[in-house]
This record gives sequence, C-alpha cells and structure tokens, in this order.
Amino acid sequence: MTLDDLNPGEEAVISGYANEITDDFRLLEMGLIIGSKIKFIKNAPFGDPIQVRLRGYDLSLRRNLAKRILLSKPFLTS
Amino acid sequence: MAEVFHNQQLASSNEKKLNIALVGNPNCGKTTLFNALTGLRQKVANYPGVTVERKFGDFADSEGTKFRLIDLPGLYSIASRSLDEKIASDIITGSSPHEPPLDLIIVAADATNLGRGLFLCSQIDELGIPIILVLNMMDVAEKEGIKIDVQALSENLQIPIIPAVAKKEIGIPELRQAITTIKNQKKNPQKTGFLFSNIEKNGVVKPIISWFGNAHKMSAKVALIEALKVISDDKSLQRWTANSGDHELNGLVQKARESFSKNTIPWEQVEIQARYDAIDKIINKVVIHRPNPEPSLNDKIDRFLTHKILGPIIMFLVLSAIFQAVYSWAEAPMELIENSIASTGEVVRHYLPAGMLRDLLVDGVISGVGAVLVFLPQIMLLFLFVSILEDSGYLSRVAFILDRAMARIGLSGQSVIPLLSSFACAIPGIMAARTIHNTRDRLITILVAPFMSCSARLPVYTLMIGAFIPNIWFGGFFYLPALTLLGMYFLGIVISILSASLLGKFVIKGQSSNFIMELPPYRIPVWRFIFLRVYEAGSAFVKNAGKIILAISIILWFLATFPRTDSANNSNNIDQTYAGQLGHFIEPAIQPLGFDWKIGVGLITSFAAREVMVSTLGTLYNIQDADETSIGLRDAMKKDKNDITGKPVFTHLTALSLMVFFVLACQCMSTLAIIRRETNTWRWPLALFIYMLILAYSASFVLYQTGLFLGFT
Ligand SMILES: Nc1nc2c(ncn2[C@@H]2O[C@H](COP(=O)(O)OP(=O)(O)O)[C@@H](O)[C@H]2O)c(=O)[nH]1
Repeated sequence: MTLDDLNPGEEAVISGYANEITDDFRLLEMGLIIGSKIKFIKNAPFGDPIQVRLRGYDLSLRRNLAKRILLSKPFLTS
Repeated sequence: MAEVFHNQQLASSNEKKLNIALVGNPNCGKTTLFNALTGLRQKVANYPGVTVERKFGDFADSEGTKFRLIDLPGLYSIASRSLDEKIASDIITGSSPHEPPLDLIIVAADATNLGRGLFLCSQIDELGIPIILVLNMMDVAEKEGIKIDVQALSENLQIPIIPAVAKKEIGIPELRQAITTIKNQKKNPQKTGFLFSNIEKNGVVKPIISWFGNAHKMSAKVALIEALKVISDDKSLQRWTANSGDHELNGLVQKARESFSKNTIPWEQVEIQARYDAIDKIINKVVIHRPNPEPSLNDKIDRFLTHKILGPIIMFLVLSAIFQAVYSWAEAPMELIENSIASTGEVVRHYLPAGMLRDLLVDGVISGVGAVLVFLPQIMLLFLFVSILEDSGYLSRVAFILDRAMARIGLSGQSVIPLLSSFACAIPGIMAARTIHNTRDRLITILVAPFMSCSARLPVYTLMIGAFIPNIWFGGFFYLPALTLLGMYFLGIVISILSASLLGKFVIKGQSSNFIMELPPYRIPVWRFIFLRVYEAGSAFVKNAGKIILAISIILWFLATFPRTDSANNSNNIDQTYAGQLGHFIEPAIQPLGFDWKIGVGLITSFAAREVMVSTLGTLYNIQDADETSIGLRDAMKKDKNDITGKPVFTHLTALSLMVFFVLACQCMSTLAIIRRETNTWRWPLALFIYMLILAYSASFVLYQTGLFLGFT
C-alpha cells in the first residue's frame, strides 16, 4: 500500500519508494526514510494535497507524490 | 592548511572582521536568531545574477572583536540540488566567489524537529570548520513534552550546543559567549563529523573504507563518510575514479550498490539512510518524549482553518481583506503622496526663476520621485499582511488549500497571493513572490503577474468603454460595457495561464517544487520583525527600483517637453516634441492596429504609468484637467477626424484594439524596474517587455484586421 491509501488518523511505517526516486531526495532529506513512522492527518479541502505528520512536524504533499511512498501495514494510533 | 590559518586569524586579529555563517532548516527561527544577534545593523542584497538574497549584519563580542554574520538561505541539506543549496554550500565550503572563507558556522535547529536539524548539522560538521549548534524553540519543545539532555547530546556530537528561545532572546548572551570562547581557542579540535554508528561493519562498505584508508591515507571516520558518498552519488564516485582512473574502487562500489539494492535500499539513498539511522540512535539516547494528548491546539485551529467548507470560506474572507487593503485602503495615502509631491513642485516653481532648471526639477525630478513614492503604500500594506500571514503560519495553509487549482498551470498554492495582489498593482505582487520557496515557481509567477489587469489600466478601460462601447443590455441581464470590462480582465488571466504553462515547459528550467511544503505550527507574530520586513520591502523598492524609475521619468519628461515651441506660456504643444515626433514616426507601424499618431504619443508617455495615457490624450485634445470620466475628452475623441481620409480616428474597433493592447503590453517602467530588482538581471525584464509587446501587437492586429474584414467600424 502507499501513503495515498491511508485514511485520516491512520499511521504507518515507510517501507520504500516506488519507481525511480531521483527527484524525491528532498523527501529523504526531510526524514521520510525507510523505517520512519508517518501519520495521515487530513486532505486539503479540495482533495489534494494531503497533510501528513512525521518526526514531530507536518508536511503537505501532493497525492501523485504520496502514491510513490510505499508503506507497511497501517495501524490506528491510540 | 586553511584551517590553521583561519585559526590564527581567529586568535590574533582584532581589527579584521571574522566571518560567521548562520545555517538552518527553514522555519527553525533562523531569521529571528539573525535579528537577535545583529539587531538593525543588517544589509540585504542579492548574489550576482540570481534571485537568492544575500543578507548579512555585523556585531561585536564583549572583547571588541568584530564579526560579520552571513545569513544563508534555509536548507534541508547541502547537497546543492537547488540554487539556494548551491549558493549556500559554496559559501559553507569556501568555494564561493562572493563570500570569504568562514571562521565559524552557527547551525540553528528547531528543538521540536531535532532529527531534521541534526541531518543538516551532520553534513556541515564534516567540513572541518568550527561549529556551534543552537537548539532553538526550546519553549515549544517544553510545551510539547520533549525533554532534551543537552549535555549528553553535546557530548555525543562533540559540538558546543546552546539551548535558546530566539524570540525572547533567551540563549543569545550564551551564544555570544560561546562565539568568543571558540575565537580564543588556540587550536581547532580535529573535526571529522559525528556520524555513523554501525554501518562501517557492513561487509560491502568495509572494503571501500579500507581502500580510502590505504590509497588516500584517510582516517577511518573520514573514509567512512567518503565511502557512503561514492556509494550514493555517481558524481562523487567519478571525482575519485577520474583522478586516479581507479577500477578497484569502481568495482567495490558497484558490488556495494548491488548488495544494498537487494536489501531494498536503493543505492542512491544509502548515505541519507545511514545518516538518519545514526541520528535517530543518538536522539533515542538523549531525548525523552512524553507526548501530550492529541489533539494539540494546533490541530484544533486547523479544524477550522483547513476545514472542508469553513476553510475555503475563511480564506476567501482573508484574501478579500488583503485585496481590499492593497486596492482601496492604499488610495488615501497614495493621494496624500501625490498631493504632497504636487505642492512641493508648486513651492519650488514659486521660488525658482522660470527656465530649464526649474522645469527639470519640478516636472522631471520631483514628479519622478513622486512616481516612485506613490507605490509605497501598496507595497507596505501588502507586506504588512503577507508578513503577518507568513509568520503566523497561515500563509502555508492558504497555499495548502489553493494548491489544487494552481497545480493545473504548473505552479503551486504559494503563487496565489502574489498573483492576486497583481490585480491591484503588479509591483507589490511581484515583490510578494518572495514568499514562494521554489526558484522556478517564483520566477514564473513574477513573469506572469504583469498580465493581471492592474488598477492603472482601469482609467484607460473606463475612458474607452465610456466613449465607445454602447450601453446595450442583453436580455435585461448582460450589460455590454460591463461585459467588455470583464472580458479585459478575463483576457489577462487566460494569457497569464497560457504563459505560465509555456514558460514552465519550455523556458524556465529547474525542478518544480512538487509542492512539498512544511505546514509550520501557528505562532503569534513578533511585531518588531513584521515592521522590519515592511520597512525592508519599502526600502528595497525605493533604493533599487526607485533609481531606475526616476531615471526613466526624467527621460520621458525630456521627450515630452523638448524641443520647446512655445516656452512663453508653458502650454507646450506636445505635437512638436520628441515624444510627438516619435508618435508620428511609429504611426505607420501602429496603423494596422487602428492607432493614429496621438495614440502613439500616448503609448510612449504611458510607459511612465499606464494611466498617463488619459492625461496625454487630454493634452493632445486640449482638454483641461482631463480624466477618464470627463465628457469633454470623450466627445473630442468621438469627433476627431483623420486629416487625410476624413474618417473618425476612434471607432468601437479602435477602442477595443487599444484596450486589448493595454491588457497585454508591459506599458509600465516600474514593473520592469522591480523585475530587474527581484530577478537581479536585465535579461528577464527585457525579455518580458518584448514578449508582451509582441503579444499585444499581434492580438490588436488580429482583432482590428478581423474586425475591418467583417465590416465592423
Ligand atoms: N515559540 C518560539 N517561536 C520562535 C522562536 N524563534 C522564532 N520563533 C518564531 O518562529 C517563526 C519562524 O521564525 P523565523 O525566524 O522566521 O524562521 P526562519 O524561517 O528559520 O527564518 C516566527 O514566527 C518566529 O517568531 C522561539 O525560540 N520560540
């Protein structure tokens, strides 16, 4: 599954990136590395982009990018 | 060695300024820290040829040593993938032609965001320059239940760390003290970076480390960093293999890459992954996080501000207020400035003897200064609002909400406010594009902003529509004059959208931001800094664009005044001046658009500001104090007949053609001057001027000729 598939409130662990990652270094440098926990906060009012939380900060990214971030099984946070 | 040399300088020199760079992630409070250290003694310029700002300020420590603090762009990494990063990393590594080598680097990190800050810090720590880590936002960390053992962290990293709350100047004296301490250190501690726990034991990395140790006599730590770089980056690899032509290293690296890829880590990511792994280990040791029960205050605010329905409504209200401010609140102060300039002119006129000098002063210089100052209210009002929005964190929510619409034309939500403001005036709009983080997006936004119909075009539209567009109602609902006006706005928007796509696809290279944007927590802005930014924006405009505008004003005044025909009573016959002659000269070129020489003169004089078109026509038709609503001017234009053909000079078609020309042409020296200031080169304003001129000419040409062909007059 990918980051795009999470529902608001769900949290998962990044397991990799789909396709070539050449232009996604920025995400890696911001700490979205394999093994990082990431939580889906909400969709923007018009559906895109999405808001996610990791390492104590919030990030907005577009769905087409979120689709390329692979996740291991989600779990609901307490 | 460079290091030792600088160290001697550090210890001995009391006259020379020591160079310190301030580096940190965006939003970590770097600007606040910079302001706290340097106060108002700061200067802002640009690096030659690029849009990146060069900001520095001086300060001294208790021993009287002077320092120059250079503020670098906010960074996530020094890998130099973007222009900002390239400039910053050149300065940090001492390979910049614009800044001297550094004596010290202050790395600022957000304590609530430690991992990301340490990532950047780790890269910088490997360069061998003394560094101090400032852990900012300690107050926020505390509130969020994040406890950091600063002592332990400092020992782990082998870096002096100053906990701080830059906003309240907490930690600033300690930071100054730490700078003095480092300055007085006899010898640089051998710095090699603090990184990488276990990866050196990895079976495929180890041989590469040994290779560097043997072939280049590197210490184990340096060799490890270099090993990770050659594994992850082809350019690093080529640097080593090109020098020595080494096949052994190449083979080792290929093997390592295969092995990592098999374990699902793409080789390009190895260095970053290893860095974060090591950092996360350190963080787990020194940070205790007792998370507050969610939702935080921040989430509660977001429940309204980015709510599915409320969010866009609130945003609409906020943006309307800003637009209102730039559009109409600025009017009163603008009028005040205009009146003051006019009365200053009168006073000077009264006390100086009549003659060239007096006219130059009053009509050239003083009114030129007026042409500059009149923009200040709009610029400062817009920056007041934008700074408040940005520092409070709401600006990124606006971008978050509107991104979807802007993504279609290859821009991001951050372009909305600059473009919206340009409907009032392109000058503040173009300056507001500074809030766009991505260089490419910022440049495109600057270049399409002038297509938005600004308030200076309105008098021209009003005059033409009032005189030549009949008051026809369609079906009791659509009013032709209103439709025409709407059409002009619409045309500008459509062309700007097309131009943005075109520029993005073919002209302006560089990665689109992909709109990865941080959503910083909401904060109460610090007024002191808001006013500082408003002041900076105003002075940047006056100092840089102002000179150009003043110079062009004087040239335009000269063209519209000389040669003198009737100097006795000052009522110049503009027909005979250079501007008039130029109008006649370009008449053949503009005739296919339906324009005669009088409009030609107007096109030249209105380069000072679009609304000057109206007063120029007023002068040409001998109407006293003509404005866009004066009936006398409208009638004179309607009655005007061509001397030779006897046909009317102005028709419905001419009026439409002229309006379209004004939508599309860059008839505004101030726009060009501010683009020069913001892009730091003449190339873009000149290219834009030509592009817009060609567009305007073609559009008017096609419109007028098609109209004639179809029999409209
Ligand atoms: N609570 C708190 N806010 C701070 C602190 N330092 C800066 N800020 C605020 O954080 C926001 C971003 O700061 P700024 O200096 O513009 O960050 P920059 O993007 O790194 O230059 C501003 O609203 C500051 O007022 C701090 O130590 N504590």
